[in-house]
Formats: sequence, C-alpha cells, structure tokens
Amino acid sequence: MENPDLSAQLAQAARDARRPDGTGYRSLSSASVDRLALRFDLSHNQIEQAGLAIGILPERYARNMTSLNLQDQQRLLGSTACIVGVGGLGGSVAETLARIGVGHLRLVDGDHFEDSNLNRQRFARAATIGKPKVDAARESIAAINPAVEITTWAENLSTANGESIVAGADIAIDCLDTLSARQALQTVCRRRAIPMVSAAVAGVSGQLTVIYPEDEGLAALYGDLASAPDRGAEKTLGNLPFTVNLLASLECSEAVKVLLGRRETLRGRLLIFDLTDLSFDMIQLAAS
Amino acid sequence: MEWHITLKLFATLRAYIPADAEQYAIAPGTTVADIVRDLDIPVKDAKLIFINNIRRELETPLQDGDRLGIFPPVGGG
Repeated sequence: MENPDLSAQLAQAARDARRPDGTGYRSLSSASVDRLALRFDLSHNQIEQAGLAIGILPERYARNMTSLNLQDQQRLLGSTACIVGVGGLGGSVAETLARIGVGHLRLVDGDHFEDSNLNRQRFARAATIGKPKVDAARESIAAINPAVEITTWAENLSTANGESIVAGADIAIDCLDTLSARQALQTVCRRRAIPMVSAAVAGVSGQLTVIYPEDEGLAALYGDLASAPDRGAEKTLGNLPFTVNLLASLECSEAVKVLLGRRETLRGRLLIFDLTDLSFDMIQLAAS
Repeated sequence: MEWHITLKLFATLRAYIPADAEQYAIAPGTTVADIVRDLDIPVKDAKLIFINNIRRELETPLQDGDRLGIFPPVGGG
C-alpha cells in the first residue's frame, strides 16, 4: 500500500519488542491497529498488511514467528479460505485460521445449532442454540480477529450454488458430514481449480488428505462414489470433541502449507489414526 | 506352507479383530477378500484397504509378513 502518511503513522506507532529467544522485531499493538483503521478509514486487514509490508509485525501474530516470517504472515492475510461446514471441524478450523491470520474466510453452512452439537462444535453454546451456525461463527471470529474479513452463506453447498461460493478462493476446507456434500464440494473445486483439504471423523478415528483438482480425490477413500453410503462409521461411533479438534488442527496445518506454497502436504497420501491404540498411519493413495 | 500377516481393523471394524491379529495365519494366495469373508466383515465396510501402507484392492493377494489395514467409510464432522 503506497501511503506515505500511513507508513509514517505505522512507524510512529510501532514499538521495539523481543521474542522469548531475545531476538528483536517492530511490534504493532491491536489498539494501534484499531486507531489507524479508524483514522485512515481502512480495514484492519489493510492496516496490518501495510505494517507487514514495511517490516512491522502486528503483535497479535508475534507467537507465529518465526515459524512464519513477515512475508508468510502477509500472504496469509491476503489469502481466502472457504470453510464448508461450520460444525465440529468447521468451527475449530475457522477459529484457528482466524487466529493464525488468514485474512479472508468464507463460511458455508445452512444449519442451525442444536443441543447435540454442544459436545464438540466450537460456536455451539447455550445462547446460540437455534441460531444459524454461520452467524454465531461470524460474531465470534470478528471478536477474535477483526482483520479477518468474513463472508457467510447460510445455505448448504451444492453443485448448483457451489461454484460461485468457492470461486476465487485459494483453498477449500472440507468440514462436512456427508459424502454427498463432500462430493459436491470436490466437483465445484475441480471446476474452479481450487485445492481442498478433506477430513472425516468417526468416534476416536479420523482421516485427512489434501486433494488437488486433477487428483483421484474422494474416490480413493470411499470407492465408487455413486454406490457409497452417505454416512459412515460415525453413525454408530459418534463424533468426539478431541478427535474433531485434532483433525481440525491438522486440516489447518495442511491448509497453511498449501496457502504458503510449502511442500510435503498430504497430497496423494491419507493420514489415518485411531486413538484407541494411538496408531497413526500414513497411506500412499496412488499404488506405486 | 503357512504365512502370517499383521491385521489391523479400524473404527467399527474393531469388533471383527481376531485374537491372533498380530500373527494372523493365511495360506499362500489368500486375498484381502478372502480374509474379509472369513472374518464376516461386511464387504461394504471394507472400503479403504492398505497393505504395508499402500492402498490396495479387495482382490489383492497377500504376501508373508504383510501388514494389512482395513478402514470403513467415515464421514463425520
């Protein structure tokens, strides 16, 4: 952003700070971001990106360093993740991506919170029962990180509406709970050439992979999609909160790698775990 | 001749784990489908099959010392 006045104000607002390891950086407080956004009539996202561009780190991201560098942080702030399903997986994914600083989140879910969501879904609270999931999520995320620009769809993604929902996103994150919905997401991601992270839970087991448009995708996990059941072992085993949160965290880790162009994602491989005996298996999906 | 494999069943399929899963005896030529049938595992639940951490099919024959895993479809979120 070429605004010498803003750059000067950012430089003036920044403070010298040190990481726990003693290395120094220029830090910008959340209060300063609030104040500058108001003064320059810019979004929090724009203020933070302007700071990062001149080497000033918003303090809210201080503990992302140095696993992320300033350029990574700036790239995340400019990235768009489409979170499809805002229940167990999606709620935790949305919060985690907001905290790490992914700047644009699209939240897609047509459901309202109900009592049976309370065991695991991040934004299900007594006060949000009956509320659209995307509305509760939007309010909470805005309160956590105002630099995140949120767009919501209070409808379920289908092949009919999905292309316009995912268009232009850098990544889609499958946080769905039926195979038919996952299939619809994969279809629209292929049409729009968008990579997706996909995860599914049953009881204390879970699976996770990364799918690019040209990959075999979900068929490698579920066999012939036309004849596969819409729901799996979770019908019997349920969805436990620690399994859901573990998988949501792993989805975020993969999503950040994809967004930052890092290698060694789960593409072409499937992580399967079973917490009964703490087994984690990495499966090569394409037979070599 | 008798071969042995390690058999690992996940999620709802844990109910079908035999007592000797760590040293499961098979005859040469045995396929994954044979084992699924012998253990009464519903074929529709034997969707994701992996041998030595590589995805394989029901028809794949097993070798002595293989590690076979079967994961049912899971879809929760």
